This record gives sequence, C-alpha cells and structure tokens, in this order.
Amino acid sequence: MEALIAVVIGVLTAGGVFLALRGQTFPVVLGLTLLSYAVNLFLFIMGRLAIGVPPVISAAAEAYTDPLPQALVLTAIVISFGMTAFVIVLALKARGELGNDHVDGLQHEEDRDR
Amino acid sequence: MSLFDHLPILPVVLPLFAGILLLALRNRSLALQRGVSLLATLALVPLALALIGMASDGSHLVYKLGNWVAPYGIVLVADRLAAWMLLTTALLAVFALLYAVGAPSDGTSSHSTKPASGQVAGYPQPSPQMGEGANAGPLCPPGCKPNYDQNGRHFHVLFQLQLFGLNGAFLTGDLFNLFVFFEILLLASYGLLLHGGGRLRVKAGLHYVVINLVGSTLFLFAVGTLYGVTGTLNMADLAVKLAATPAEHAALVQSAALLLFSVFALKAALLPLYLWLPAAYAHASAPVAALFAIMTKVGAYSILRVYSLIAGDSAGPLTQLLDAWLAPLALVTLVLGMLGVIASTALRQQAAYLVVVSIGSLLLAFGLGSADALAAGLYYLPHTTFASAALFLLADSISRARGELADRFESGPAMPGARVMGGLFFVVAVALAGLPPLSGFLGKFMLLKAALDSALLAWVWSIVLITGLLGVIALARSGSLLFYRTHSAHDPASLLRPTTGTLAPVAGLLLLVVGMTIWAGPVSDYAADTAAQLRAPQQYIEAVLGTRQ
Repeated sequence: MEALIAVVIGVLTAGGVFLALRGQTFPVVLGLTLLSYAVNLFLFIMGRLAIGVPPVISAAAEAYTDPLPQALVLTAIVISFGMTAFVIVLALKARGELGNDHVDGLQHEEDRDR
Repeated sequence: MSLFDHLPILPVVLPLFAGILLLALRNRSLALQRGVSLLATLALVPLALALIGMASDGSHLVYKLGNWVAPYGIVLVADRLAAWMLLTTALLAVFALLYAVGAPSDGTSSHSTKPASGQVAGYPQPSPQMGEGANAGPLCPPGCKPNYDQNGRHFHVLFQLQLFGLNGAFLTGDLFNLFVFFEILLLASYGLLLHGGGRLRVKAGLHYVVINLVGSTLFLFAVGTLYGVTGTLNMADLAVKLAATPAEHAALVQSAALLLFSVFALKAALLPLYLWLPAAYAHASAPVAALFAIMTKVGAYSILRVYSLIAGDSAGPLTQLLDAWLAPLALVTLVLGMLGVIASTALRQQAAYLVVVSIGSLLLAFGLGSADALAAGLYYLPHTTFASAALFLLADSISRARGELADRFESGPAMPGARVMGGLFFVVAVALAGLPPLSGFLGKFMLLKAALDSALLAWVWSIVLITGLLGVIALARSGSLLFYRTHSAHDPASLLRPTTGTLAPVAGLLLLVVGMTIWAGPVSDYAADTAAQLRAPQQYIEAVLGTRQ
C-alpha cells in the first residue's frame, strides 16, 4: 500500500512538472493541477496509512488515525481549487489580450524596450 | 482578558473586516470607500506602535486562538521582529494607498489605452469589462480621469486583503498557518498586480502567478515532510522536536528544511529565483509596485523567523543549515541585481532591479548571522522598503510628465515640474545608492562593520562596495538623462504636470527615510535588541510552549 501511494505521488508529480514546463497555457494549468493533486495526497498520507480506525475519540476504538493531516489537506484542497480557478481565468484573459496561448505571449512591435 | 490581551490579533482582523465591509460597500460612493480604506490602513499604524511598545521590553505576546494550548492550537506571536515588520507594512501601506487615491492613472507605459494593434484576426477581442480601458472603471463617469483605485473594480478590497495576508504572515507562530497567510497575500497580490488590465501586465501576471503556484506546492511538500517526521507544525514545538531528531531522519529533515528555504528564497527573490520579479514589478501599477516593496521582505522575514528557530546554534541535524547557502547566494544576487540596474532601459525596470539589489543586501546581512549583522539588516529593511516604494511612485509621475516616452531612458522633452521631481529623485537616489547622509549609508556601514569578523570578509567588502559604486553611477546616469539631457517638446500639452496628490506620498516616504536617519540611535538600538532576541530562540520557545522547558 505504501509503495503504491508513493508511486502514485511520484507519477503525478513527474507529470505535473513535465506539463508545467510546456509552452502553452493549457498544459501549464493542467500541470499545476496535477502538482496540487500530488501534494494533497502527500499531505494526507503524512499522518501515516491507517485503515478502518477513527480519527476522533471513541470508546470502542483500539487505535486512531491522525486527524490533523486530514484538516490540513482540506485547507490545501480549497486553496489549490481556488488558485486553479484563478489561473484558468487568467490564462483565458491572457489568450484574449495577447492573441495566442503561448506563455510568453506574442511579441508586439510596440512592446519592445519595455 | 482585557482589551490589551487581544492586541496581537487586531492587525490581522482589522484589514479582514475592512475588506469585507468594503465589499459590501462596493456600490456606494467612492468617497465612502476611500474613507473606510484609508481609515482602516491608518489605524494599523497606532496598532503597530502599541505592539512595538509592548514588545520592546523583550517579551513575546502570545495570542492563543480559541484559547487552545500551544502545540495543539494556532498561536500568534508578537515579538520585536513581528512588531517591526507590522510598523513597516502599515507606514508603507498608508502612502501607497494615498497615492492610489490621489494620482491619475492614465499615461502609464504598461497600461496602454490604445487597443492591441497586434490582435490576430479571428481571435476574440477582449471585452470592455475584462480588458484595456483607463475609462472602463465603473466608478468613473465618462470623461473623468480615473485614479488608480478607479481603474477597475475592488481595488480597496484587494488592498485590505493584501494587508490581512501580510500582517498574518508576520504574526503567526504556526508553519501551516504561515502557508495559509502566504496564499492570502499572494491571491490578493495577483488581483492587485492585474488591476487595471493591459496586455503587458497580463503577461507579467501570468508568469508571476504560475511561479508562485509552483512555490506554494513546494511549500506544502516541505511542510508535509516536517509534519511527517515531527508530528507538529507549531514553529516553537518544531524547533524543540527537530533539535531531537533521531539520526535516521536527519537527511529527511535537512531536505525538507532546504526545500522550505527555496520557497522563501522564491518569495524573497534570491538568486536564482528572482527572474519573475523585474517584469512583475515594472508592469504593476505604481501604488501596487510600491506596496509590493514589502512582499519580497516577507520572504526575508520568513527565512529569519523560521531558521532562527529551527536552525540555530543547537538544532540537531539542522544546526547552521543555511550558513553555507544564504550569504554566498545573497552576494551573487547583489551582483546580478546591480548588473540589471545598469542594463535597465526604463526607470521602472531599474526600480525593480533595485528591489533585487536590496534583497541581496538584506539577505547578506541575515546570512552572516552575527548579532551585529542581523541588526544591520533589520535597520536596513524599512529603509530599503520605503526608498524603493518612493522610487516606484516617483517613476510614475516622471513617466506621466514625459508623454509618449514614458519612463524609457531616452533623451526627451523637458518635464513640467522637473525641479520638484528632480529634487525628489536626487533624495531617492541618494537613499537607494547608500550615500551619506541618509539611512542607506548607515545600514550599509553597519553591515560592513558587522562583516569584519566574518570568514567572507573580503567578498562582502569588495562586492558591497563595488555594487554600491555601480549603483551610484547607474542612478546618476538615469537622473542626468531624465532631467538634464532634454530638448523642447513638440507638443507640451501631452506632458502632464505632477500634482500634489502624486508627489506628496513620495515626499512622505522620503520623510520616513530622513526620520530613520535623524533617529538612527533609537532605531538601531531597537534593531540590535531584535537581533539579540532572534539569537536567543529559547525565549520564543518558552513563551509559546509555556515554562515546561
């Protein structure tokens, strides 16, 4: 189980880094999304993998899972969701203003020397 | 609990509530919105002064949110350093906001009001709400000249939320909470950077947003690893747990701590992670660029706060972790930033590179690590913040007074109001170049003196002095080109005379610099006390965790 999770995080991160280095905004946004999935998963399992045990105090429980990473990852998910929404809108706006979807934009004559 | 016990949280909640209130007032009169925003920003100054007064006896004011005991709940900690940063932020914000309210925003170089001539046929044109348009501000009736805060919607809301994030980041004592406040200040800064729109600004904004999102991801990886090893995120508790890290986890916590350092270095714009800064700062509107002068200092602050706690003299596997990295990287940043200053082709670009230079000097002081060097850095920090902000604001007035040429370094028409602006430019240049008699000189002098017993002595002295000389040359060249090598204008009507509203905030910021010079004694004493407090992290840990040490 640990190995599987580690491989999943590794693949997500590698895919995220690869896509984030592309030259067009849409793959970059996808790359950032994959990176945030990877880090959310990573944060979640930092409380260690525990199956079928409660996170809060219960009389019948024999062991507990760490509840804090679950709270952290919830915060991280909300933030990364908001940031992804923002960067998508920004990419669309850049596409509209720059006339193309390259991350460096189209070179305009009047933009030189600035 | 008396009201004074709640003082540490007031600088955090005041801008938050002001921002929410401004959101509710968004359809009310402009005067009301400006009044609320200015009042909320001005109120931060006495709050910060009160915190300085309470922290100056060396105590740590610990505010337990929800009254949860320290390692379990989130704490805010106001010590000398936090109060110092709060005061710097509050003073800077007041003048940046005054400029945003008082200065007309048209005629800036990055915010072209002309439609994009290079639009490719068939691609959608930007709609008026989204795109260009100095006159698209909903608060400004047709025909009026919009000020910066009318140049788009929600300027004041974003401004207050930016202050919320900044103040929170300075006060929090919890690493994950620091991440959250970083995200708040970044999200507000994205909005502010893009405020007003414009093609170049969107392009610079996209780079800024993407690189900061990657930085946030790395921050979470580092925080996750530290939590996985130690089981805590409270910085004081983290310091205790990390010092007792078993040997088999030493490499893990070292890599996590260095990952965290690279995130802070990205925010602080340390080499090689400064490349996002010049474009973003040069294309932001002037009051936003001025406020952003504190943003890189958040990264420097975080390095100082976190590593003085977790990588001090007796920190187990992390002992003196940054010594091998911080000072050498800062020196190279100083050199490359100064080369950027010399090679700049426009005044705002030069101002942005001067921010890189200042972060090089600042982190050099923090990297040397001795009490004297820290004190020099802490004295230099507000000085460079105010002076860089003043240059960004002044560059905006200059570019408006030069018509089509804007702030480019080309021989141009004689500016209206050149005497006043030239005088202000002279003072800013003296402050930024670190010449006597202003506080930049004192800060540099303290830094050079503190480097005397450092192993890097030869490097520090030669690089700081040579880059200082290059800075003098570059600024003297810019000033003589902008103010002396002029010819008569063909169309003087297009040159806008600077108004009191645009020059008063610049003068105000410069008065702060002059004040730091006149009262250099008490200010540097405070900085020295702060440095001593940072060199004794045990006090912080005991204050946060109680006396169980």
